[in-house]
Amino acid sequence: MKRWLAGAMVFIVLTLVGLFADPYFISLMTIVLLFAFLGQSWNLMLGIGGQLSIGHALFVGLGAYSVGVLYVKFGISPWIGLSLGMIIAGSVGAILAWLSFRFEVRGIYFALLTIAAAEFARIMFGGWEFVGAMQGLFFPAPTGAIEFSMLRGGAGFYYFVALALAALGIIGTELISRSYLGYVWRAMRDDEPAARALGVRTFRHKILVISVSAAAAAAGGGILGLVQGAIFPDSIMGMGLSVDVLIGPVVGGLGTTFGPLIGSLAAIPLNHLMSAIGDSLRIPGLNNITYGIVLILVVWLLPDGIWPAIARLCKAIQAPSRVWLPHLRKAEE
Amino acid sequence: MTALLEVKNLSRSFGGLVAVKDVNFTLEAGRITALIGPNGAGKTTCFNLVAGSLNPTSGQVFFEGRQIDGTPPEIVCRMGIARTFQIVRPMRDMSVLENAMVGAFSWTKSVREAKSKAYESLESVGLAGKANARTDQLTLPDRKMLETAKALSTRPRLLLLDEVMAGLRPTEAAGVVRVLQTLAEGGLTILLVEHVMRIVMEVASNVVVLHHGAKIAEGSPAEVVADQKVLDSYLGAGFHA
Ligand SMILES: Nc1ncnc2c1ncn2[C@@H]1O[C@H](COP(=O)(O)OP(=O)(O)OP(=O)(O)O)[C@@H](O)[C@H]1O
Ligand SMILES: [Mg+2]
Repeated sequence: MKRWLAGAMVFIVLTLVGLFADPYFISLMTIVLLFAFLGQSWNLMLGIGGQLSIGHALFVGLGAYSVGVLYVKFGISPWIGLSLGMIIAGSVGAILAWLSFRFEVRGIYFALLTIAAAEFARIMFGGWEFVGAMQGLFFPAPTGAIEFSMLRGGAGFYYFVALALAALGIIGTELISRSYLGYVWRAMRDDEPAARALGVRTFRHKILVISVSAAAAAAGGGILGLVQGAIFPDSIMGMGLSVDVLIGPVVGGLGTTFGPLIGSLAAIPLNHLMSAIGDSLRIPGLNNITYGIVLILVVWLLPDGIWPAIARLCKAIQAPSRVWLPHLRKAEE
Repeated sequence: MTALLEVKNLSRSFGGLVAVKDVNFTLEAGRITALIGPNGAGKTTCFNLVAGSLNPTSGQVFFEGRQIDGTPPEIVCRMGIARTFQIVRPMRDMSVLENAMVGAFSWTKSVREAKSKAYESLESVGLAGKANARTDQLTLPDRKMLETAKALSTRPRLLLLDEVMAGLRPTEAAGVVRVLQTLAEGGLTILLVEHVMRIVMEVASNVVVLHHGAKIAEGSPAEVVADQKVLDSYLGAGFHA
């Protein structure tokens, strides 16, 4: 319950940010929230389902292109594009998973396969004239007017779309975690043969968790494309994006519900700050170096991520009061 | 008497090593059978063959009249056969209660139902008080009991227990023996690998003895401990029934 109260407060603060913060900060936070959601999708797959993907850009890109192609080429609403993107990415994820597990490709080899699939898609989209090839696909410049049915609006509008998505991601993860799927997936993550001996049909559950994760990543990708106003295969389907997706949950706390959000809140602004400092000092690449060092430090000092460390701290602070709790209960009776 | 499980001419080799050699036995419903033999006799391999973790090189396994050898372990479990692992395999990042819930999801999707079944399973092996502990806080004997609870949550008709009482103090083992007897009275069939002969004598109505992968004796505990082959190969000269 307390967790939810804290969560609700965070979202109230984030709502206020959207209403009152300056435009630069709002657009930065939009990216933070989108990557919190993308990280959540990746976290579901590895942190709960135990399946590692280093090619999540594949699913992000499929979502972005579904929205982009339908909207730019045919004027069809991004809502349809998002749905289609989720179906396509979910199916591609399921097929990829089915093929590899069918042939006993698993663990780190499956992860390598996800990279290969993402790179294949990146090169394919880069050579595909209809979707803009390497020149990319451009959304018409926003007029500033909010058009909900077409998911169009200014920076403020997209901030709230991203916030809603991040909230949906957290609530969805929590609901899945508490359902039978959460238990079965965590059992499969911790020990697959032991889970099978307890009747868990791991083959279909691995396909399911990957497919759900892929579909969610595609939804995030569709919004990311709209926010950025353009889609380029090298950035939306590149290795770099796959890495950006996993930094939030790794830094924030793998397998935790709030980890991806906390991690993105910490990592992305740091990256931007460092690149601004690097620019002003004329030291190109300073951001990458500092970013790398900070990430190594976090992984080294807080191997479980930031969120579990915060949770432990909160528990430690509350521990003395627990001694008194039984007395208080008695007093109530 | 109806045979719940029937093992026919079961063999399994690993490369040149024949771990299980032409083994036959049947399990009567509602009874406790012990599978004994020296280290490396092939007891765990037998379990793996019945539970679907390994495919036999030759021979068949029938459960309730259906041939099940070669069936994947998760399907065998859903048919009603649960097993424990000799080398315990707790789900590390799940609590004791959550570990005991997993098996229940083979027959229900309700978390509430799974939780109450898990408590019941933990209760029967004496672990209910540690439901919220992490598995790495359990002693090894407790972890073995957790294995048993996990298996019980699947609501099996046949339970395969691989040395679950190892390391227990005699009084604790006596408690588990009572639990197994109660379960058997309730209709559960149990196949038990156990090295402590005192426990075997007390709990089993039938004993199968393996040696170098082959069955060398079968019968009531009294018959088996009087068998010269068993005395020579396993129990040794020092054993007095
Ligand atoms: N997967 C495997 N690969 C190769 N050899 C194996 C494998 N599993 C078992 N063996 C071998 O098969 C033989 C029987 O092993 P098994 O584990 O079934 O014996 P056991 O009766 O359970 O012994 P213990 O009392 O020590 O548990 C042993 O020689 C063992 O080394
Ligand atoms: Mg063994």
